[in-house]
Amino acid sequence: MQFIRPVLHSQVCTSARPSARQFLQKLGKSCSFSLNSSSTRLYSTEFFPINDELYGLTDEQKQLRQTIFQFCQKELAPKAQQIDAENDFKDIKKFWRQCGELGILGVTAPTEYGGLGASYLDHAIVMEEMSRACAAVALSYGAHSNLCVNQIVRHGTDEQKSRYLPKLISGEWIGALAMSEPNAGSDVVSMTMRADKQSDGSYVLNGSKFWITNGPDADVIVVYAKTKPEAGAHGITTFLVERDSPGFSCSRKLDKLGMRGSNTGELVFDGVRVPADRVMGRLDGGVYVLMSGLDIERLLLSAGPLGIMQAACDTAFQYAHIRKAFGQSIGQFQLLQGKMADMYCRLTSGRCYVYSVARALAQGSRQPMDCAGVILKCAEDATQSALDAIQILGGNGYINEYPAGRLLRDAKLYEIGAGTSEVRRLVIGRAINNIYKS
Amino acid sequence: YIHIINKADMAASKGLKILVGCKRVIDYAVKVRVKPDRSGVVTEGVKHSMNPFDEIAVEEAVRMKEKKLAGEAVAISVGPPQSQETLRTALAMGIDRAIHVEIPLAQLEKLQPIHVSKLLAKVCESEKPDLVILGKQAIDDDCNQTGQMLAALLDWPQATFASKIEPSQDSKQLRVTREVDGGLETIDVSVPAVVTSDLRLNEPRYATLPNIMKAKKKPLAKMSPDQLGVDLQPRQEVISVEDPPVRKAGAKVESVEDLVGKLREKGLVK
Repeated sequence: MQFIRPVLHSQVCTSARPSARQFLQKLGKSCSFSLNSSSTRLYSTEFFPINDELYGLTDEQKQLRQTIFQFCQKELAPKAQQIDAENDFKDIKKFWRQCGELGILGVTAPTEYGGLGASYLDHAIVMEEMSRACAAVALSYGAHSNLCVNQIVRHGTDEQKSRYLPKLISGEWIGALAMSEPNAGSDVVSMTMRADKQSDGSYVLNGSKFWITNGPDADVIVVYAKTKPEAGAHGITTFLVERDSPGFSCSRKLDKLGMRGSNTGELVFDGVRVPADRVMGRLDGGVYVLMSGLDIERLLLSAGPLGIMQAACDTAFQYAHIRKAFGQSIGQFQLLQGKMADMYCRLTSGRCYVYSVARALAQGSRQPMDCAGVILKCAEDATQSALDAIQILGGNGYINEYPAGRLLRDAKLYEIGAGTSEVRRLVIGRAINNIYKS
Repeated sequence: YIHIINKADMAASKGLKILVGCKRVIDYAVKVRVKPDRSGVVTEGVKHSMNPFDEIAVEEAVRMKEKKLAGEAVAISVGPPQSQETLRTALAMGIDRAIHVEIPLAQLEKLQPIHVSKLLAKVCESEKPDLVILGKQAIDDDCNQTGQMLAALLDWPQATFASKIEPSQDSKQLRVTREVDGGLETIDVSVPAVVTSDLRLNEPRYATLPNIMKAKKKPLAKMSPDQLGVDLQPRQEVISVEDPPVRKAGAKVESVEDLVGKLREKGLVK
């Protein structure tokens, strides 16, 4: 008999992977199943515990974490390996609906549109626990719930909010945001996609966007294009584009190193007509929408590498205490104790930084320096922790049956997307310069 | 103690009043450790949560409310101050109000189902529920006694190991399908009754953030065993608690003859 929830699949020990199971039986120690007539319990600590007391979370936030943890570990974590192998999340529509029922697709959206009306910190907690279960799907979730939904919440007119938010928040629609182009990544304001005004007030979009998360699946896309190319950064306008607009297509799904299952695509706009009432924010004022959105995006997405670091600790720490060598569990050797200590400190300090910035942001204080800083730190730390997890698992870390390799490939994305580490350092450095400007 | 309910058609009445028991236990996923003095297991600093069978009981009560079979659902927990967290989870799943019977720490470790069932019986006298749903057993002691004892104390019918609860054909009783060793048994019980939940009764819902926040405003009343006039004198004494023996390796056999031979060697077969 198994308890229905939470899930009993250990990342190291699951009935779907006989070789992992045999390996553990040979060890003969924990992960033994006690079968009495009424309950089957996994006598191992499969998850490295999170001490919520450390972060000043409210009781509701602690319960929120519990709910999302249970939901994601049951509905998402068992599929993570397959999603990565197939580069596709087949059940995404069903999963989106389930998220919609929990209200998490619109954490920061007003309740009148079906959102939770909650804070950036609540959103970060959801993102973190989802990323812990499957970083790729969490990335798609972040792009939908923050990049798309939250931007509409912040800049949409009442009509635009009523038109788009309910279905985005219920999970019926998938959202995306498109700013980068094949030749404009870090230098995004040099984008060349044009939005030419027509005699009837509508705009015609021509150009292409690249590296767009959810691009292949999105029903609604927040798109940045140049209405006044000669004005450079100050000629950008934000548009809301719907999937079935004539001239719009996703030319291909990209085959990526990691985050496989978070569909990323190249979007082609070939004379796509967008009515005037789909302009979001001020005409030619898109750079403000873009840059302020980027700050919030960086904060929210920093919970992604946080979840990956937690998953790395979950996997590696358990393994270190099951795997034996030279007569004892390898976790008791000093060199591994050191590694685990470093992983723990990166995780905990990262969490403190993310939650602090999230709290400040929720109270209205937006500091580009910290939004960039938090994702810069967490992303680089997550890559390092994933490397450590692989190392702790040793030979098994190198086998794709174990999640450590996927953690590394997924973590690496966060050093690049939402502004590369290099750009983030520039943002922080320049902000510091500004403080001392005479 | 006799509680007579108006045996009107259940669908027409304003619904049953349900009392649901929730116990705070060590979380199922925790690696339980025996204390060095072998007096019990380590609970300090260890993650606790609602007994999984009680979650199923709570879910059933909430579903009965949604189906309009029940009008009010009340959760009750007998335990330390932290049992309030367990009750808040029940409230977040849709229970209307909660009762916490607080047990002082000194008496907690010696608390037995006999005491809990007496406390619940006393609460039933004042609350007058039509139905009490308890988890069939708690995953820490696996006693599987409280529901049965409670029914006996109240002289109410009991339907244990329920995998389905619905109105009976004439709507005047509850039809409960029970999981028994031989398969499934279906019985009709008159209310008030005690039902204990088994695994397949339902799949509990996730507490959503809006419900977690609503739960804060729901009433949570506190009571003490003294107020209820129940004596918590222990009837049993735990002599020692030990780890189960380490599982010994088995041996693989090549054929049926081998197997029979080995069984004979061990004197298990003549």
